Amino acid sequence: MDQSGIANYIPILIIFLLAIIFASAAIVLSRLAGRNRPTSVKLMPYECGVEPVGAARERQSVKFYLVAMIFLLFDIEAVFLIPWAVVFPGVLRDPSLRHLRFIFYGEMMLFMVVLFVGLFYVWRKGVLEWNR
Amino acid sequence: MEKAVFIIFAIVAVGSALNLIAQRNPLYSALSLIGTLASLSALYVTLHAQFIAAMQIIVYAGAIMVLFVFVIMLLNTPEDHPEIEKQQWLRYLAIPFAAVLIGEALYVFREIRNITLPAQGEAEHAIGTTWSIGTNLFTQYLLPFEATSVLILMAIIGAIVLARREES
Amino acid sequence: MTGLLLEWLIKIAVVFAILLTAVAYLSYMERRVAGWIQIRVGPNRVGPLGLLQPLADGLKFIFKEDIVPLKANKLLYIVAPAAAIIPALMTFIVIPYGSEVVLFGKQIALHVTRINVALLYVLGLTSLSVYGIVLAGWSSNNKYSLMGGLRASAQLISYELALGMAIIGVLVLTGSLDLVNIVEAQRGYWFGFLPKWNIFLQPVAFVIFFLAALAETNRVPFDLPEAEAELVAGYFTEYSSMKFAMFFMSEYLNLITSCSLATTLFFGGWTGPGVNSYPWLSIVYFVIKVFLLIFLFMWIRFTFPRFRYDQLMRLGWKFLLPTAIANVVVTSTVLLLVN
Repeated sequence: MDQSGIANYIPILIIFLLAIIFASAAIVLSRLAGRNRPTSVKLMPYECGVEPVGAARERQSVKFYLVAMIFLLFDIEAVFLIPWAVVFPGVLRDPSLRHLRFIFYGEMMLFMVVLFVGLFYVWRKGVLEWNR
Repeated sequence: MEKAVFIIFAIVAVGSALNLIAQRNPLYSALSLIGTLASLSALYVTLHAQFIAAMQIIVYAGAIMVLFVFVIMLLNTPEDHPEIEKQQWLRYLAIPFAAVLIGEALYVFREIRNITLPAQGEAEHAIGTTWSIGTNLFTQYLLPFEATSVLILMAIIGAIVLARREES
Repeated sequence: MTGLLLEWLIKIAVVFAILLTAVAYLSYMERRVAGWIQIRVGPNRVGPLGLLQPLADGLKFIFKEDIVPLKANKLLYIVAPAAAIIPALMTFIVIPYGSEVVLFGKQIALHVTRINVALLYVLGLTSLSVYGIVLAGWSSNNKYSLMGGLRASAQLISYELALGMAIIGVLVLTGSLDLVNIVEAQRGYWFGFLPKWNIFLQPVAFVIFFLAALAETNRVPFDLPEAEAELVAGYFTEYSSMKFAMFFMSEYLNLITSCSLATTLFFGGWTGPGVNSYPWLSIVYFVIKVFLLIFLFMWIRFTFPRFRYDQLMRLGWKFLLPTAIANVVVTSTVLLLVN
């Protein structure tokens, strides 16, 4: 069996099944073993012993949405860096590809400049400030 | 073996996709979509496209869906009584779209026979590995790659402009 | 094929058992370290030196009452701890914990499996670990849980970026996503004495990785999601019994994985003197390195105060992320000039 073959993904499948079995067993076990005497106070949402005030699911700050949005966009940029980081050392080592090294370097630097511009914009717009 | 794995994950993918449509609670729908994306990732592995499989998880299941779930949590739609505005004309619009989709699928099934697939050994090293994607992306597809960076920059600016407008 | 399958099953069973035992004893170790740093005793009643404490804790967890709040979303409330622990249990299997040994006349490589996108597998599972937290926070229908869940997920995704960027600095040195290759590349010595560990080439990346790993595992000084002074216990406020234990276990599992990954990427993994002639030593080196890193995590926990949320976000986005990007630029420029 070759070292990079997809047969090596079978253990992932096995441990995935094992993890599911473990998690369900743990949940079921404590359900069965533990005592179960619910009272209406016990089943209330925890609010430091005081009667809960208002609904728990209030609307939250738009900041969280903005952070998730910006994370998504920078994550995509980071994803482009990964194949580059795999190929670039190979280009440096391989004599037949060595003449491409400046092109590969320049491409990524250009990409990084745009990435930095994006970060700079986000920064200046104050999206990263949480105390405002 | 490969076929069995394919069938299992194909069933999971289609099943969660159906569940996605059937669910009333948007959070359940989002979670079903994560199930679909994860099983698609497993299908990519069976096609030897390991890098794409990993990207499917990192970008789609791990980043885009986080945004979806965030939006659902932040908006807090009432859980048990969804007051969906039923727009009747949308229903009729669905019929031609479905017809186009089925037509497309049939076309693909018909055409797929005419395509000669690369040999197994070749496929393993040629498609979907990190190295081949990297070399192609930074040589042949250089312009789309650099254009993507500008596109992402535009998306960043757009997101902030839209969110900021709501604030003020 | 059957032989290979058997080998996998045995390895998975052993790794699984060791991970769970390690998790149990990390909770013991954490409390003993806390006691030692704060000049008090720590758990020492159950068994000699309190060594049976984790067992007592485990039994207690199982027999505790399992409470599902009335207003909670029952299905998601039950699924959330499973969603937290499943990715945490799966990550370790791609990490090489030793070189190759001969056992029963068979050459056995000391890693459960080897895939050529191993690093991406780890990153992918890290990105999926957000869901357990988000679902717990949302389904509990409790203010503290929701705030804790939102805070935790915003923190996780922010530091995930810095973590990924720091890893790219290492990646550009080796050019492989396969963790086995990354370890192999760190074998040998410079000038005959300095081990070829990546930390000497990428100290900045290591610092960023380390800080981001602290944040990813929700540990002090980044434990805002469960800041007990303001949020009770954050996203798992409502949880009890084994469900609570599962969040607890997944945090320790993530701690082990983060430290193992740090060892693999920056400290040469299982490499060390004498590994060539005594391959079993490799496991010892690996465990020692991981253990020291975990100890460092604990030491930090009982030394530093907690960040404020705006400070946390500022550190992640305005310091770690730009520094990590700059690190990639500098590293690749140096590589280009050296070659």
